[in-house]
Amino acid sequence: MNTTWVRIAFCRDIPLREGRAVKVGNREIAVFNLGDRFLAVENRCPHKGGPLADGIVAGASVVCPLHAWKMSLETGRGVNGPSASSCVETFRTRAEGGIVLLELRDIRGQSQAASGGELAAMCLQPNDVPAITDYPSTAEA
Amino acid sequence: MKKLVVVGNGMAGVACVEQILRHCPKFDITIFGDETHVNYNRILLSSVLAGEKSDDDIVLNGLDWYQRNNIDLRLGVRIVGVDSQAKTVAGDDGSVTSFDKLLLATGSVPLIPSIDEVKKDGVFVFRNLDDTRALLKRCRPGLKAVVIGGGLLGLEAARGLRVQGCDITVVHLMEWLMERQLDATGGSYLAAKMNQMGITVLLGLSTTAILGNGKVEGVQFKGGGSIPADLVVIAAGIRPNVGLGHEAGLEVKRGIVVNDYMETSHPDIFAVGECVQHNGICYGLVAPLIEQGKVLAATITGNKGPKYEGSVQAAKLKIMGVDVFSAGEIGDKLDGSEVIRYEDPALGIYRKLTLKDGKLAGVILVGDTADSHRYMDWLRTQKDLGRLRRQLLSPGPAEDAGMDVAQMADSETVCGCMGVTKGAIIQAIHEKGVNTVAQLKECTRASTSCGSCSGLCQSLLKAVVPEFEEEVKKTICKCIPFSEDQLRDILHGQQLKSVQEVLAIYGNGIGCEICKPALSYMLDMLWCGDHDEDRSARFINDRVHANIQKDGTFSVVPRIRGGVTSPDELRRIADVADKYRVRMVKITGSQRIDLLGVKKSDLPKIWADLGMPSGQAYTKGVRMVKTCVGTDFCRFGVQDSTSAGIELERRFENLFTPHKVKMGAVGCPRNCAEATVKDIGLVGQEGSWQVVVGGAAGKKVRKADLLVTVETTEQALEAAALFFQYYREGANYLERTYDFVERVGIEKVRKETVYASEAAKQGLLDRLRKSKERSSDAWLERDTLRNPTQFVQIQPLDEVFA
Repeated sequence: MNTTWVRIAFCRDIPLREGRAVKVGNREIAVFNLGDRFLAVENRCPHKGGPLADGIVAGASVVCPLHAWKMSLETGRGVNGPSASSCVETFRTRAEGGIVLLELRDIRGQSQAASGGELAAMCLQPNDVPAITDYPSTAEA
Repeated sequence: MKKLVVVGNGMAGVACVEQILRHCPKFDITIFGDETHVNYNRILLSSVLAGEKSDDDIVLNGLDWYQRNNIDLRLGVRIVGVDSQAKTVAGDDGSVTSFDKLLLATGSVPLIPSIDEVKKDGVFVFRNLDDTRALLKRCRPGLKAVVIGGGLLGLEAARGLRVQGCDITVVHLMEWLMERQLDATGGSYLAAKMNQMGITVLLGLSTTAILGNGKVEGVQFKGGGSIPADLVVIAAGIRPNVGLGHEAGLEVKRGIVVNDYMETSHPDIFAVGECVQHNGICYGLVAPLIEQGKVLAATITGNKGPKYEGSVQAAKLKIMGVDVFSAGEIGDKLDGSEVIRYEDPALGIYRKLTLKDGKLAGVILVGDTADSHRYMDWLRTQKDLGRLRRQLLSPGPAEDAGMDVAQMADSETVCGCMGVTKGAIIQAIHEKGVNTVAQLKECTRASTSCGSCSGLCQSLLKAVVPEFEEEVKKTICKCIPFSEDQLRDILHGQQLKSVQEVLAIYGNGIGCEICKPALSYMLDMLWCGDHDEDRSARFINDRVHANIQKDGTFSVVPRIRGGVTSPDELRRIADVADKYRVRMVKITGSQRIDLLGVKKSDLPKIWADLGMPSGQAYTKGVRMVKTCVGTDFCRFGVQDSTSAGIELERRFENLFTPHKVKMGAVGCPRNCAEATVKDIGLVGQEGSWQVVVGGAAGKKVRKADLLVTVETTEQALEAAALFFQYYREGANYLERTYDFVERVGIEKVRKETVYASEAAKQGLLDRLRKSKERSSDAWLERDTLRNPTQFVQIQPLDEVFA
């Protein structure tokens, strides 16, 4: 498969232990600064599509801000109870000269469909698991 | 009935009387105490100094105990003379009291080193409750305090004053701290822990003079150096208080000399506690005194038989988060001894065992004292350790405390202070039907002194009583092995200002979505806003000051104090809704307006266009005050609830709280704005306000409890402020006021807020004021972004083709 390294952001623009969403083509990727490295996953929680870039980083995992599904940024797999059988796509990154680069599979040809297919095969479809309650995400005026 | 006179109402004397009461024959008992307090737990004075315990909390035997046991208690009377021929004692009130048996339990007095001009305003000792009160009255944040003496007492005093916000320097004569209990390495580990708490330690310094003209201004050291000080605490040690021993003509060396039966040189005079010397040793810690009391009780009641054969000296430093234990021989110079050490500088753990002839001779534990009871048992029983040689420093299966207690021998001591063995506890459980910790304390006195064995006591109960419900230690999450209460205590007075620092030292160094926001709150509260804010530890809502919705967009709720707005504000809200194509404009249940479906990148622009402050609808903070129209328009209103509510909101807004805080103010008991189901409510009545707290109308419905009824609006606002800050300081993260009030009990809440001492109230209000001064409208961050990408979606630097 053809891959391309794309310069996506200045390292300083992604604060330590936070994530930022980057629009790459027609998809959104969440890039996280873990201090010693950058990790990237698709910015879409397998549960209800929550923006993972907005989650709290816990070690090498991120916790989705909507219903607290916890996804590994290294493997893409879910690591807490309800998320355990789901996963998100991960992307390789490297930092060079103060810039974060992201490895993209060739997104112009049919290989994008192929990668989408791989993804579907790799991940179980998420069931509608009840959200974790008591998570500090519910707030009303 | 024979007459027993006890001189001294401290721990040793009264503990001995407790034992005497279990024997026959009975005595007609009189106790003299020169302090004006009932018997209290001297060990916990440092907790009183730290403000963690009140005077009442440390009472061991209240007045009712004396009455129940027909004890004539004479407080505030100092016995100044003993006539051992006529068998009378003379008090400084002119009284003369005769006795058949006399028990001297006069304890000790602070040792004042020879320092020039020591009698100055601002120089204190730290020995009793009155000293503690005097110190509390004097100390205040920022005060420069110097503690002379780096032993147990000095360090505990230093920690208490540090918690009160003083700048502390401990000056110690010797080369390392607690030199009587620790070796040089242990001392350096301890010094590092003290430094972490923000306490400066100066070693090898002899204090020669207190500087200042009438009032303390500094202390001077041998060699000429000096440091400034506003307050000096002398905690350089104690010496047995033996004056009455001399008066009575008893044999006195350093202490009043007693034999193995605790008899003095006079057949009807006995002595116990810190004032005695047994076999050449004067004990200054509580456990030996309790052992002595048991023997003495047998002797004095004519049941002579049990012997006191000396105690293993053991000491535990009672500072939360600084675990130090030492027992037996600690020097390296014991002939023919072997030393086994373990050190982990990163974790601050140091263990040292001294063995002699295959038996334990001494132990030092710093940083982790969980195994202290096991080593103590080896010391007491002189267990042969040959077979355990490979496991000396590795704890047993500590994960399961139940296993641990099962392995303990019946003779092993559980409560070192009160000398209660495992066997005694099991016996109490079986014979007296004990099945709670409280009953166990009452029945055996175990865990009533320093409290460090409470975990063991619980494990025993759990193992033996099938129906025992454990008082679960509720930790925040798996990342930190402390409850929030403990953690607040630990962090109080330390220099740790950021979430990552706390996680690094007290947690797993990583943290998670549960503990990070909790720690963020805790640090903000403890430092009154002067902490190192780490947004990565905050939930997204607190990074962008808006409430995330199911589709990743946000909602915007401007502050509309008291629900009172204006045509101008409404026009701006309408314009904003148009301009940014807000998907829904919703009147909320809190008399406010919610703009829903806003893109993150539009947030700063919307705030600027609105020109209104943040309503904090997205955070665990001050939400709003719902009001009725009060006296302005309503025919029935008797109080101006609208103004009161707006002022209430203004005073608390922009502050973080353990969970959201919703308030209400109503102008009459018709309660139109539902103040009685709010976290804090003001209910107007003719001529007064009721301040109510802990109400709820959400997941749970609860009618608020009455905190206090006051006459003026200002008094009502102050009562609300006291409760508000008390909740901020005492509640666990995500604990609403209604759970908090139920957990603490409204009586205690009242006692510690509106009915607290003036000093305590002022403390709450001062800390609230400080936090408020440092707080600001979060939406102003539109002009001072935390970082350039706070609100934006990043565009790749390279062009990417879709």
